[in-house]
Amino acid sequence: MRTTQVKPRVTETTTAWRHHHILDIDDFTREEIELVFQTTRAMKEVLSRPIKRVPTLRGKTIVNLFYEPSTRTRLSFELAAKYLSADVVNLNAQVSSVAKGESLVDTLGTLQALGADIVVMRHSHSGAPYIAARYIEASIVNAGDGWHAHPTQALLDLYTLYEHKQNLKGLKAVIIGDIMHSRVARSNIWGLTTMGIEVTLCCPPTLLPLGLGGEQLPPVKIEPNIELALDKADMVMTLRLQRERQKSGLLPSIREYIQLYQLTEARLARAKPDALVLHPGPVNEGVEISPAVAHGTQSVINEQVANGVAVRMALLYLLSGSQKQ
Amino acid sequence: MKSLLIQGGRIIDPSQGIEAIGNLLISEGKISWRGKGEEAPPQPDYDTLNAKGLVVCPGFIDLHCHLRQPGDEEKETIASGTRAAARGGFTTICCMPNTNPPLDNQTAIEFIKSRSASEGVVRVLPIGCISRGRKGEELAEMGELTLSGVIAFSDDGEPVPSSYLMRQALDYSRAFELPVIDHCEEKALTEGGQMNEGVISTRLGLRGIPSAAEEIMVARDLALAELTGGRLHIAHVSTEGSVELIRRAKEKGIKVTAEVTPHHLTLTEERVIGYDTNAKVNPPLRTRQDIKALIQGLNDNTIDIIATDHAPHTEADKLCEFDLAPFGISGFETALGSLMSLVHNGEISLSTLVAKLTHEPARIIGNKYAKLGTLAAGAPADVTILDPNLEWVVEPKAFASKGRNTPLAGERLKGRVMATIFQGRLVYKDGSITVKEG
Repeated sequence: MRTTQVKPRVTETTTAWRHHHILDIDDFTREEIELVFQTTRAMKEVLSRPIKRVPTLRGKTIVNLFYEPSTRTRLSFELAAKYLSADVVNLNAQVSSVAKGESLVDTLGTLQALGADIVVMRHSHSGAPYIAARYIEASIVNAGDGWHAHPTQALLDLYTLYEHKQNLKGLKAVIIGDIMHSRVARSNIWGLTTMGIEVTLCCPPTLLPLGLGGEQLPPVKIEPNIELALDKADMVMTLRLQRERQKSGLLPSIREYIQLYQLTEARLARAKPDALVLHPGPVNEGVEISPAVAHGTQSVINEQVANGVAVRMALLYLLSGSQKQ
Repeated sequence: MKSLLIQGGRIIDPSQGIEAIGNLLISEGKISWRGKGEEAPPQPDYDTLNAKGLVVCPGFIDLHCHLRQPGDEEKETIASGTRAAARGGFTTICCMPNTNPPLDNQTAIEFIKSRSASEGVVRVLPIGCISRGRKGEELAEMGELTLSGVIAFSDDGEPVPSSYLMRQALDYSRAFELPVIDHCEEKALTEGGQMNEGVISTRLGLRGIPSAAEEIMVARDLALAELTGGRLHIAHVSTEGSVELIRRAKEKGIKVTAEVTPHHLTLTEERVIGYDTNAKVNPPLRTRQDIKALIQGLNDNTIDIIATDHAPHTEADKLCEFDLAPFGISGFETALGSLMSLVHNGEISLSTLVAKLTHEPARIIGNKYAKLGTLAAGAPADVTILDPNLEWVVEPKAFASKGRNTPLAGERLKGRVMATIFQGRLVYKDGSITVKEG
């Protein structure tokens, strides 16, 4: 591990940073993603110190505004902010009904008045952070919105891959599972393809949204057969399958899904021997992934969690120097 | 009331096949005389409105709008809605019955008529419900509604989900010769849908509304219209497939008419990018390919008319998460400006546009209440005067409508209504128009 000093290292490069908000990864260039990698590496060094704290964001106020339950993402952002010495408050809000209650825009107005510098937002409705960004001076970090995007997750997935493989261009990634309802899949498709990685999506056709695999979206291959999809893969990501997909008629049964799409050791053997197994969590062991694979030598699921804190530190740091455009 | 001479305008009246420079005289609330070129009127005493360089046509007729009264007066009222209509050049508007309570009985229709007479500035013709309470379960009293003065039946906002009920509605209404207007949407395919299903819904992570949901219902309704011989009118056609289905039905002689909105003719699903809730409308904005088919449908008369589906909402209604925002665009005051882009691009002729806003909707309504959509002598003096080339910027705050929900805010449109005359009275006039007393 390189022992670079956080401060000088990063100030050099913030000039290339043009994001005031992090809403999605689809407007990140390859160079910007590399800048996040570089900054994350510096943050990992901080995390390896006996006292994991730097004064970088002292005096800054970060609000975790969560409209949807979340354990690991909220915890990850909270720790990231604390390690950078920011003041953090958590606000677990309820999605206001169409009827009344405080609206999203009102809540943001309140946070603005209270002096929030960065608002980390998780919301069950796609696009909510975009609406938020129109009504607040503070930076908005999208910590997951509906089916739409989860950019910090995609960046930590990419960083985890980068740590192991260094050169990402030309690698082969496979994403297996419920693409339709997955913001993680959507953000990863943008991030992986931006880095020149070949992406194959593997899922029942009822869980594949329209247009993917076509010309108007990032180039991905569609392969519903898991054995074929996994062939010579460098990275395999499985997605959580929610039981309600069966109830809404998208799948005949979870049993059949397991039969056709579970990532097992036998299936993983078709990928390259050094292929990495990722999962955004929380894992449904025995459904989308077998326990043996989830806990196997190729699994980097715990590294993803650890890297998540460093990536979020990097992003909070980069944002703290930005201005509203 | 003193006579008014509209002088020197280009008169376009598709009902009489007229497109020529001339003078138009209005007396006693009716069209009394039309002269070619500079021909002088047969009487000496009149005020003069100089319309040189402007287009003079019959007042626009909108077969589909939402006035929100009774029930949602914070969104719109008959007073505000009719003023917005006047600013948009509309002199006759047909209001949908999805109010609260809905317009499914004589008393409700009487309320609309009396409020329109006392507070409205243009003609309001109500549409009655197809089903009691708009519940899609049993027929509303269509006969009594007809006697109260409705011009059509619709459960708009919702489709008629039961094929059985739709069959009865088309059949029963034959006795009154009024059209049944259906909002074509197969709900099983649109549950939770927010926008057109396609590449952009995938990108934005919004639940899609597939074209098939509309087309399935259009196909069903056409089959039922054929079965019953009833008069069917398809509201807000938005897809290429629907246009094709209606075209084939017309070839077979099925009694069907259809409408398209200005927004479906001019805006695509790309407007939703950035989660603009003002671009959330049902049916959703579709694709360029659909727009092409809709324009072709207008030109070959597969689509009979243009109707606004004016659907006002408050700012608070739309200032929220995309999934939670109501559907609808406030359309009266931008309709002409939007539609003129089709004329300027050479996609439809100005006379076709005027026909689709005047003579054609008048044919669907019929002559029961007045001779509408024409400048023929003796007809009510409903006249719209427009400048096809005037450029202006859409400022929702200047709307007469309470609904400022337009995706066109801040955009430059070319073509503007300059004056609207309803039964001989100027109900709207741009500041640049002057009337010289004679």
